[in-house]
Amino acid sequence: MSVKRINKDIFTSFIDKLIKGQNVIGVQATGDRFDFAPLDSAKDLRLDYDHTLQPPKKYFLPSVETLLTYDIGAGYKSVLDDAKFIIIGVHPYDMVAINQMDRIFSQDNYDAHYMRRRNNATIIASDVVTPSKNVFAGSMGTAVVKEGFDILITDIGDAYLAEIASKKGQELAAKADGLVAATKSDLKKRQDVWAENQSRLNKHQLKCKPCDIPRLLDKAYNHPVWQEKAETCFSCGSCNLVCPTCYCFNVQDYVNWDMKSGSRDRAWDGCLLDGFAKVAGGHDFRKNRADRFRHRLYRKGKYVPAKIGGEIACVGCGRCIDACLPDIANPVNVYNRLVEDLGIK
Amino acid sequence: MSKSSTIEKDIYLPQLATVEKRRLMNATEMYLRLTIDEGIFDYAPGQFVEVSVPGIGEAPITISSSPTQKDYFELVVRRIGNVTNAIHRLRLGDKVGIRGPYGNGAYPVEEAKGRNLVFICGGIGLVPQRSFVNYVLDNRDDYGDITVLLGTKCMAQRFFQSELDGWSHRKDIHFMETVDEADDCWQGNVGVVTTLIPKIERELTSALVFICGPPVMYKFVLLALNEAKVPRENIFLNLERKMKCGVGKCGHCQMNNLYVCIDGPVFRYSDLAVAPEAI
Repeated sequence: MSVKRINKDIFTSFIDKLIKGQNVIGVQATGDRFDFAPLDSAKDLRLDYDHTLQPPKKYFLPSVETLLTYDIGAGYKSVLDDAKFIIIGVHPYDMVAINQMDRIFSQDNYDAHYMRRRNNATIIASDVVTPSKNVFAGSMGTAVVKEGFDILITDIGDAYLAEIASKKGQELAAKADGLVAATKSDLKKRQDVWAENQSRLNKHQLKCKPCDIPRLLDKAYNHPVWQEKAETCFSCGSCNLVCPTCYCFNVQDYVNWDMKSGSRDRAWDGCLLDGFAKVAGGHDFRKNRADRFRHRLYRKGKYVPAKIGGEIACVGCGRCIDACLPDIANPVNVYNRLVEDLGIK
Repeated sequence: MSKSSTIEKDIYLPQLATVEKRRLMNATEMYLRLTIDEGIFDYAPGQFVEVSVPGIGEAPITISSSPTQKDYFELVVRRIGNVTNAIHRLRLGDKVGIRGPYGNGAYPVEEAKGRNLVFICGGIGLVPQRSFVNYVLDNRDDYGDITVLLGTKCMAQRFFQSELDGWSHRKDIHFMETVDEADDCWQGNVGVVTTLIPKIERELTSALVFICGPPVMYKFVLLALNEAKVPRENIFLNLERKMKCGVGKCGHCQMNNLYVCIDGPVFRYSDLAVAPEAI
């Protein structure tokens, strides 16, 4: 690991150089918002963005992807995506989410479809310059990230600092001209950015430590908040759709026009959607809206943490807060209400 | 990424199996005997497979045969959704995709050794239980008394009748049956399966009890077993849920922190205290 200083102009020409040779994805403006999209020119890259509409998850777990193709009578063939790519501008909280997904998809039953894409990716993360209006990464301990990226870019005003964190990162950095070792004063500036971001990225203050949440939920199962919030829930699944740690999926077969061959595709699904747990024949195992509302927050705060070693599966990006029309999705509001009513001792 | 995999087996890739026998058992239940085209297919009683019909999709189905039977495996499929209707349309020699066997929580074949066993089945709940019942019958000396209770809606929905007749004539298995609604020809018990439970109070003492049936059945059977003072540690439930992946990823079969696909489908009742969504 080494930290280099790179002049902003040189960084731009470095990105343009990368674009010429390979598939580069970067954060760009779309209207007055931002999203990850294939990058045609370094001038479109916006490392000052607040947050993206969709998390970078879509490049590892696409909204729809083909898992297999089949020929009727002849069997199934895996479809694995071999395209290498570079993704630029992943914020720390999204990087934490990707690290969690890596654990989910690599442990127990190894998911080659996700992991192939993940291994083919080179991630250039970037510290947040402009906090979004609902971010609460500061409360979740995800305003700063220490691992998972290949390079981490931090804007220190007159230049970028680039932390080269992996072999892939080194290979990439070797293509940049004008990298110089960061000075003590540069590193101090980076420390300041990190310290400031802890408080700047905290538009909603969680009234307990993230690690208290599983214990809090242990006694909250029958709390009235689930029903109260769910009263106005549309079951639209928007909170699931924008979440960087939601990974539930549906699987469906498609037939080609020849009626002999086709594909088996998987697509994002959402546990808030009506029918998520409904079986053929009509029995719905999570029929009540309040139960689905509760399930989402229990997954984030208890069930998934138990699978991945304790880390809370909400990274505080605040996207669900933006996306929720009836304004009930904010996890901090729910967890704080439980802290107030139940205490954390 | 620090780790990279050397072996990239695709967990979603089915292997092919051939339909060797098929028989419609009643209006809705199809019996299938399948053989895997390549390699050996080994499983434990209670495990399930994901069955693929190309172009239609995939559905989780519990294996009904006992693994003591090595040459093939059997499924019984109720015609209820897209995939199961397509399975009913399969003909002899047709190929299906098979993934699995899945389910880390199968029947406790070791723990059950030497114990008295009671199986309580509601309708199609007989299908998964049959795997373990026949396993026990094939290893008869290893196990204590066996009691099987079966409740079916009506006579027309009964299936595996000759096999069940065989059970009721054997001396080493106690088989009792009831139907919810009887017609004139029926001479047996009438009523839901819980009405049989008071009749086996003696058998329930110290027995391991296995329950499988429609969702509504569990509550009532558990109430009756509670009445009969069967400890929760001795009760096992075979559960179903919507399921897509079968390998703990897709999230559909989750009941609180438990997954039916990887933690079940057979659960010890006392382990379900943490999962109120289970029942």
